[in-house]
Amino acid sequence: MKIPKFVLSILLVACLVMAIGLPAYAAKVIKIGVIGPMKFMQGKGHWNGATMAAEEINAKGGLWVGKKKVKIELVKLDSNEFLSIIDATNAMELAITRHKVDFLVGGFRTEAVLAMQDIAMDYKKIFLGCGAAHPELCIRVAKDYKRYKYFFRGTPFNSRYLVKTCFIQMATVGGILKKVLGIPKVKVAIVAEKAVWVDPMIKAAKGFIPKMGMEVVGIWRPSAVATDVTAELSAIQRSGAHMIFTILSSSVGIPFARQVGELKIPAVQVGINVEAQKDGFWEATQGMGNYVMTLNTYARGVEVNELTPRFVNTYIKRFGETPTYTADTYANIIYGLAPVIEEAGTLDADKIVAILENREYAVPSGKNKYMKDAQGRHLHDLTWGPGYLTSLGVQWQDGKLVGVWPNRWKPAKGVPEITYKGIVPYKIAPWIIKEYKK
Amino acid sequence: MILDIIISGLINGSVYALLAIGFSLIYGAARIVNLAHTAFYMVASYCIYFATHKLGVHPVLAMLAAIILVTLIGLVCYQLFINPIREHEAAVLIATIAMAMAMQEIMLIIFTGDYLSVPSLIGGYLKIFGVKIAYQQLLTFGVALLILAGVWALLKKTRVGLAIRSTAQDREVANLMGMNESRVAMITMGISVGLAAFAGAVVVPLTVVNPHMWMHPLIFMLAIVVLGGLGSLKGSFVGAYILGFTEASVVFLIPLGAFLKGSVALSVMILVLLIRPEGLFGVAFEEER
Repeated sequence: MKIPKFVLSILLVACLVMAIGLPAYAAKVIKIGVIGPMKFMQGKGHWNGATMAAEEINAKGGLWVGKKKVKIELVKLDSNEFLSIIDATNAMELAITRHKVDFLVGGFRTEAVLAMQDIAMDYKKIFLGCGAAHPELCIRVAKDYKRYKYFFRGTPFNSRYLVKTCFIQMATVGGILKKVLGIPKVKVAIVAEKAVWVDPMIKAAKGFIPKMGMEVVGIWRPSAVATDVTAELSAIQRSGAHMIFTILSSSVGIPFARQVGELKIPAVQVGINVEAQKDGFWEATQGMGNYVMTLNTYARGVEVNELTPRFVNTYIKRFGETPTYTADTYANIIYGLAPVIEEAGTLDADKIVAILENREYAVPSGKNKYMKDAQGRHLHDLTWGPGYLTSLGVQWQDGKLVGVWPNRWKPAKGVPEITYKGIVPYKIAPWIIKEYKK
Repeated sequence: MILDIIISGLINGSVYALLAIGFSLIYGAARIVNLAHTAFYMVASYCIYFATHKLGVHPVLAMLAAIILVTLIGLVCYQLFINPIREHEAAVLIATIAMAMAMQEIMLIIFTGDYLSVPSLIGGYLKIFGVKIAYQQLLTFGVALLILAGVWALLKKTRVGLAIRSTAQDREVANLMGMNESRVAMITMGISVGLAAFAGAVVVPLTVVNPHMWMHPLIFMLAIVVLGGLGSLKGSFVGAYILGFTEASVVFLIPLGAFLKGSVALSVMILVLLIRPEGLFGVAFEEER
């Protein structure tokens, strides 16, 4: 039987319309690609956070997309980005072209996220970055909004604010050293791994530490994967440093803290040591990481707002460990993306971007508000500061990771002091007290 | 500062020497370039972690068990993957790197990419002229020297050592003299992998155990054996200390470029090769042919 040409044309057009147009309106599931180094703690955090969010949403029957409730389906994508940026970009391509994800969350290493960001933007996919801190990721949004508007920083706030928070914490600890040990001018050794995200922080530290009344006695930049830093530690001790400002996100954070403890180097550690944010740090350093202080997002028993205990306690119950900041995929999905999808009533990326970039919403670590730059252009970067996101200062005290900052922090004159519920006093290591207390 | 450099260089150099001598030994005796050498070191580290943390075995016993187990694994790998293709050097290179990758992936699947560690055998530190050295580092240094002395004694004072040295000098003549060259190669492989496992055992309390911990030492070990002269045990020993001291010097002299310590050490190797292509104690290529 011969099919008339015009019937064939109508059939073809109908097929085309169904293929292109229907997914947005008749999606059976909302696919969220969770991309990260899945064989590492950071990727596990991404996945665990997203899993919690998806389970919570699906338990309620899904999200309202228009008049239909649609469930969330997660797609796990191993970016292997610590070892290969090519693997990361391949994972991103795979997520979009093969798994046909609607949204993406995750990414950790700036070098890899910059490359993954470009791929996501090529396909106009909303990508909520949950790990990389370099400002360039969001500067791109302001510079070329049309292309990069689909990228949002999900966590942490950018490295400029990370370093600002570190300075505030350094000033706090410096004050304690002066008061308790009578050190008139605190000498600081900067130890920063060799990585892109660290470079702007070192520049800022060199300029700002002297303004805080402290002295920079040297900068050491070990490899991010160094396993022995005893040579660096000998040099630091020779420099007479009272404080070590650490900027370490990789494995080097473990041998560094362990060897400081083993050799009883008389200097407090303040700054960022991502390894020290994890519950496994105590065992990894064989307890030598005692008294290490680091910037962190969550700590057991510390409440930033009413959402914190619920998230932290559920996470600990579900996964047996305290969440690290990459687990903020949870907040980004449940408090960021989900309400916007329901409000937009569609999965259309442009409509979602327009709503998301203007929202202000509470998350377990504070409140998310997307910033604009000095020229009023959208940055899609997170706002830092009291009332928004401040992070925590946490310290290992005898096997427990406790919150020690903000503790009576006065952000500005005339502003009330801030102390989060559950914060405890900072402790100086006994060998440091012994070394300096006259 | 010079003292700091000397002490750090001696400790680093000893560990590198342990690895490089094992590698040189199997190359010298059997012309096998075993790129999986440091992967055995990684497997030994994981075995010790598993035995101490999961089975509750005493660290010293765990170390001994790991050395025996990894040596056996090495011998099995040799029989299965290296011996059948021994005469094809390129194939051996590919096979051994594939073995290393496989071991890495197996460890990644079993233990994930988490950074793990093993407790020190002796806690505390000693102060020598103001330089703090952990007792564990001193122990590592001492044990490394003992092992190196043991290897020297084995090669110089025993019949097995004589066979290994003869085979290293001329495989064909050694064969004609009635030595079972294939068996000597297997014994040498066992000793070589055993040395890698021993390096893993003495280093594991000082390092972070992870599936990729074999890569950096591999590059360094290759640099050392090329610098010292391929197949030369004396060369590996000297080369290891040269690179150990270079590394320490970079950290003390250019703190901002501490991450460059590996690159600077490799540059020293290139520099030596430009002046002396056969390495410090190697046989000139022309002569070898």
